[in-house]
This record gives sequence, C-alpha cells and structure tokens, in this order.
Amino acid sequence: MSFQPIKFYQTGTFTVGNRLLAPEERSVQASAKRFNSINSGHRACQGCGEALGARYAIDAAMEATQGRLIAANATGCLEVFSTPYPETSWQIPWIHSLFGNTAAVASGIAAAQKVKMKKGERRNIRVVAQGGDGGTTDIGFGCLSGMFERNDDVLYICYDNGGYMNTGVQRSSATPPAARTSTTPAAGAEPGNVFGQGKYLPAIALAHEIPYVATATVADLRDLEAKVRRAMEIRGARYIHILVPCPLGWGTAASDTVRMARLAKETGVFPVFEAEYGEIKSVLAIRHRLPVEDYLKPQKRYAHLFGKTPRIDVIARLQALADRNIRKYGLLGKEAN
Amino acid sequence: MDKPFAITLDPGSSLANKTGSWRTFKPVYLDRLPPCNATCPAGENIQGWLFHAESGDYEAAWRSLTENNPLPAIMGRVCYHPCEGACNRQHVDTAVGINSIERFLGDEAIRRGWAFPKPAVKTGKRVLVVGAGPSGLSAAYHLARLGHAVEVQEAGPYAGGMMRFGIPKYRLPREVIEAEVGRILDLGVVLRLNCKVSSIEQAMKEGQFDAAFLAVGAHIGKRAYIPAGTAAKMVDAVSVLRSMEGEEPPMLGRRVVVYGGGNTAIDVARTVKRMGAEPVIVYRRTRDKAPAHDFEIEEALQEGVMVKWLSTIKQAEEGEITIEKMALDEKGFPQPTGEFETLAADSVVLALGQDVDLGLLDGVPGLEVKDGTVQVGPNMMTGHPGIFAGGDMVPSERTVTVAVGHGKKAARHIDAWLRGTAYVPPPKPEIAGIEKLNTWYYSEAPHVVRPTLDILRRQSSFEEVVQGLDETNALFEARRCLSCGNCFECDNCYGVCPDNAVIKLGPGKRFEFNYDYCKGCGICATECPCGAIKMVAEGN
Repeated sequence: MSFQPIKFYQTGTFTVGNRLLAPEERSVQASAKRFNSINSGHRACQGCGEALGARYAIDAAMEATQGRLIAANATGCLEVFSTPYPETSWQIPWIHSLFGNTAAVASGIAAAQKVKMKKGERRNIRVVAQGGDGGTTDIGFGCLSGMFERNDDVLYICYDNGGYMNTGVQRSSATPPAARTSTTPAAGAEPGNVFGQGKYLPAIALAHEIPYVATATVADLRDLEAKVRRAMEIRGARYIHILVPCPLGWGTAASDTVRMARLAKETGVFPVFEAEYGEIKSVLAIRHRLPVEDYLKPQKRYAHLFGKTPRIDVIARLQALADRNIRKYGLLGKEAN
Repeated sequence: MDKPFAITLDPGSSLANKTGSWRTFKPVYLDRLPPCNATCPAGENIQGWLFHAESGDYEAAWRSLTENNPLPAIMGRVCYHPCEGACNRQHVDTAVGINSIERFLGDEAIRRGWAFPKPAVKTGKRVLVVGAGPSGLSAAYHLARLGHAVEVQEAGPYAGGMMRFGIPKYRLPREVIEAEVGRILDLGVVLRLNCKVSSIEQAMKEGQFDAAFLAVGAHIGKRAYIPAGTAAKMVDAVSVLRSMEGEEPPMLGRRVVVYGGGNTAIDVARTVKRMGAEPVIVYRRTRDKAPAHDFEIEEALQEGVMVKWLSTIKQAEEGEITIEKMALDEKGFPQPTGEFETLAADSVVLALGQDVDLGLLDGVPGLEVKDGTVQVGPNMMTGHPGIFAGGDMVPSERTVTVAVGHGKKAARHIDAWLRGTAYVPPPKPEIAGIEKLNTWYYSEAPHVVRPTLDILRRQSSFEEVVQGLDETNALFEARRCLSCGNCFECDNCYGVCPDNAVIKLGPGKRFEFNYDYCKGCGICATECPCGAIKMVAEGN
C-alpha cells in the first residue's frame, strides 16, 4: 500500500481558524485574545468591509509589535464611523489627521520616535498610517509619495472601496471603469466611470521601489495577516493596499462583503501580490477561475451592464482588464491551494 | 474640570453605542441534519463520529458511532452505504468514503480491545430476543445498555444470522463477526445457540420474559416452477451459502447456473467461482433493472462470472437447461420472445428471494401476517402486546443496516413499553443540503481509493476482496467530511464579523452571538462553511 504523506486539514488555512492546526499555526483573528483594535459599537454600515479589513490589519500589526503601535488615520469612513467625539472604537494609540496629510503626520510621528530613541526611549514603537482610497490615491497622494521617496519608517495601509462612500458615493481615482457613482451616472453612450482614467496605486508604490508593497483582500485573511507581519519586519516605507467591498457604494448585500472580495480575486479583477524593492515576489493564485460577470452581476453599480440590452462590449472590456491582470501577474499559479 | 484646551467631554468608548438595535435579521446557530445521517438506515450520527475521527481521536469516534450501531467492523464491510450516495461532498469532488472509515474504526476497536461501558443501573426486566442476526444483536445490545436482562435464542450453531449464512467470507471474515458479537455478550447478554423457538408464547412463559423481540430473518429460499427432468440438480441459494459454513462444501458440478438477479444471486455466483466452478447467472431483465447493487455485478463480471440478461429458464435436464430470450415491453416488463437456447448446466441454483419461517408465531393472538411477513406498528410492536419484531421478517428493505436500525428502534420502544411510557423520537432538524454550504473553504482532496486485491487472487481464494484503510489515509478520508450543518469550530463567524459580535467560548464549546452589537449583516451566515448559522427575522 502506498504511503500518503499528505498533510490535509479539512479546510486548511482557508477558514479563519482550524481546530486541527497547532495553535501557533492559527491566525491572529482566530485567537480569543486578539486585540480587537477596533471595538464593537462603531457606526459602520452593516457588513462594512473596511471595518473588517481594519481590524484584520491592525490586529495583525499589534500582534507583530506586541502592542507598541501608533496609528494615524486620514479622514474618511474609517475615521467617521469609528470616532464620533467623544466616543472611539479604537483600542490603540490613534490620531486623526486631515483628509490629505495622514502620510505626513505618520512621517512626523516616526521622526519624533527617532528623536526619542536617541534621547533614551527604549520601547520600539512603530507607526501605521491608514486611510481610504480617496484619502490615499487622490487627496493624500502628494504626502504619500513624499513618505515613499524619503523612505520614512511607516506602514501605510489603504482600504480601497473604490470611492468616497460616506459622503454619498462619489467617484475617486480608484473607482473602477464602468462603475456607477453619484458623479459618474449610468447615462449616455459610455455609462458609469470612464475607461482609461484613474490610477492603480500599488503600481505607483512599486515604482517608488520602496522596501515593501502588497495587495490583499478581506477574503484571504491568512494572506493579509502574513503581509502585515512581513511589513512589520521591515524598516522604511511600506504600503499595503486592501480591497474592502462596500455594500452601500457597490450596491451589494451586506452579507456578501467577503464573497465580493473573493470574487474580485478569483476573477482576476483585483490581483493579490507582494513585492520588495519594486520587484514582485509572490502572487496569491486564483483557486477557481471565474468570468467577470460573476463579480459584476451582484453589484448594483454595474446593473446598467445587465439591462434589457446587456452591454456585452463593456463587459468584454472589463474581462480584458481582468485577463491582463492574470497574464501580467501570473495569477493562475501552479498550486491550487 | 481640569481638561486640556478645547476639551469638554471625557473620552468614551463606542461600546456605549449598542448597534444591535439596527438589526432586522439576526443570526442564530443551529444544527442541521447532514444528508448522510438522514439516510442512514441504522440512524448513525455519521457527521458526529467523523468529527472525532478528524482530530485522530478514534476511540471517541468509535464510542460515538456505537451509540447507534454496535457492529462497525461488520458495517464497514457489508453496508451498502446509502450515506455516501447522499454525501454533499459529491458536489465538490467525490463523496467521503464513510464506509471505509467506519470499517477502520471497527477494526481499530477490535485490535485495541475497546469495550462497551457496562449499564449503570439494572431495571430488573427480562427481554427475550429470538434470532442472533444483525437485528437481534442490535436490539440485544441497546436493551442491555438500557439496563435490561437480555437473552438471545438462536436456532443456528453460530451467531450472526444472514451475516454468517448469507454473506460470503470474501466479503465478511468470520473473525470479525465473532469479535463484534463477543463484545455485545460482554455486556451480560446471554446467547443460547442451537435453541430453536417453536412457540414464542411458551418460550416467554418458561423464561419469565417481560417482552420479546423477534428477528428470525428470512431463510427459506423461494421456489419457482421449472419443468425438470428427474436427474436435474436444483438447489436454493440460501442452502448453498449456508452449507459453505459447514464441513462439506456443496456439490454443484463445474457448470453452475444461478437463477436470479439480486445480491444473493451474485454472492452465490462469486462463491462457486471461488470453488473452481464456472457460474452463469440467468436473469429475466436487464443489468440496470437487476436488484443487485451495480458494484457487486461489476466485481462479479471482473472475476469472470458470466451473465445471461433477459433470459428465463424454461426447462432443466441433466447436464443442460433451456432458456428463453426475453424482451422488455414499453412498461419495462420482460416478455417472452419464443427464441430458445440451450446451456450446459450441471446444477441450477435458485436465487429468487427468501421467505420467513413464521412457525413460532402459530396461535399467538392479535398477530397480523401479510405477504409472508409480520406486520408491526411504527413502534415495531406486533399486534400482540409485548411482542416486537424487526429485520427481514417485517416488511422492509432486507439489508444488514436496515436490520440493525430495526433493532435499535425496537429496543427504544421496548424500553419505553417496559417502563409504561411511549418513546417519542426527537424532532428531526432541517436537512443541510449543499445549497446551505459555502464549499469554497474546503481544501481540494481526491478520494482515497480502497486498494483491492488483484483480480487473480480474488478468483481463487476466499480472502477479503476489499481491503481496509490504514491510519494515514483513514485520517485523510475523515477530514474530507464537510461537517454539513454542524459547527466544526473553524472560527469563521468569529473572524468575519465586522462588529466583533461573535464570542468564542473555547474548544468544544462553540460560539455565541453578542446581540448588543450584532447589526445583522449576515456575513457570518454566508461565510459559514458548513451551514450552521441561519438568519431569522427579528420580531417587533
């Protein structure tokens, strides 16, 4: 009888925890003693991907730094729903900056930390900056690029939900093509957001050749945690871009938040990779490749593509973008697991 | 009073904001019924025992399994595993090999000598079980564990019933029967062999029994009228299989025609093949209409058993038979075609089904017998109070597993009846169908194919055809279980809640919701791999 040296754990590392794995192999989120950096009672919408992504990321960073962490937070959903004065959901040292200057505030904290260390401070306190895609790709872009080029010792986390959601779903430079927002209505010959506009910030971060750049989604927790842990091992400017579906802005069911992130990854719409010093080191392979329709159809912001006369041409262009991602990043990796 | 510049309020926590008030739907944990459990004729909690097997705790798995079925090593060999036909994993890749894991646990229990716990209290009641087949043994086991004194009276020289006298050795080695029966006897069950009950009323009176469970099986081979010459040799399948247990194997000659298309026909054909004969099965309908299980037909064909489909025997003479070709009509019934063929045959074995020997029931008032079987109520009791019946002698599908299920069911009702109450089975929860699951989370895993002895060895010996799993692949196979409808503590709900509104209670204790903060988004229910969370509308 042939011996089977297969390590097989029912759900492996796809689920948050797994009783069959040794405790040290389990995720931070599976622990009953996780930090819960962002606590219950916050005012995020039902099924908010950003609230989830922020807890995933900051809990992992807290774990990696043994709780020695300061976070600067740009204006945006995350700040608004977590900290309506005088209450806060944050259980970590946390500062609210302006909409556009979070990277600069974090750079300042890091600089102050350097000075304090020189003056005898022994604790090794690390700095995280975080914001939404509006505060990162549009308004805070100059400060962020400066933080990158100076290689300041900050991990910047962008929670990308593709628009200005809490002010009424306006377009940002991270809004995907064809998506309807309140400023890119589904009207005219080319409804929704225009093709060929906007920017892909992970690639811009890569071009700065900073020590670490990664993308992640709320659907792959273990991957996200590993990336935050890796980022905290490195000194210098680091950037993690996390896809956080927004039930309000995307027009999806509150219960489908994690599912939408998974579909974005499995269709190739959102490539998940990590890079060091401008070079891609690894990608998270697609497990079961799906057509982009599977991702687009559940979202009301794309409903105009599936009307009486479906916009096959537009869907084909979106499929072509996903196919380009798959080709460019090699998302159909060998290992299916 | 002494606040920093521009600060007028004390800092507060968002915990003051009970977001649970937003909710219109709320998540609730529930245990749904896995399809495997729902289809198991013996009522096993398959998902339940696999849960223990997954963590490598085989003893706990075996103990959980034997709560419902005392014969796992036998089951793991002869059960037709309807559970695997219902398994949700077949929609992902292939069904979990439940039957092979059951066998592994059964063999492991025999190897390690695990014993059943002795009943804590004795009720002082005496129950007679007639027949030591699967149904009788199962009833005896459950009654003994409920604290009753049980005596099993068996007409034959060995325990096992049809498992012994109907199922060939290459499917069920006799040591396995001995081991599993012995473990039931260790509970204090008295077994009396070669003790044929000719009158149930008398036997109950003599032994001062408070109740009886009849499970005498169906051992009389059915006959069909076939014109035959005086020298033609005709025997019935049951007696052929039974004589395999004795000193002298049956003398059937080289060319043996087996008449019938059920599992017994296949068993006889494969048995005589192993004795060096050339069996030909003659069956009046087609392969897909044959009552035998297809895998058994397949194994028989692989071993070189010939089959004449769509044929009936018209005449039997010494050394040859005449068969008539049949054709299926539009309703699927075989009709004669008038085409005849002769076939060399040293003997004809009739495998046309079995009847029940109901002699022991003569004169018992209140009993109802219909179509040769004893009629029982939903509580397995016959028309005569205190006399229950099960297995092949009551109307049902005649398999070992159904018989074991009857034994368990009857034992529960007998127990209640002896206590002057009625057993009410707990309500069945809703089925955990594949649509309730989020199968994305399960790792890909191929089915472990049970190694089979190579074809030549199978044809010439009575060694077991299907071999068992070893520990590595049994563990692998167990972990392929999706745990349909029952929490397996994957922490997904705890992790994916954006509001930290799931409380982790620790290993084995599962989770609970913190409804103060749960906004009712439903991510937990969508992302629960096994469908153990349901969203229900909030009342006003």
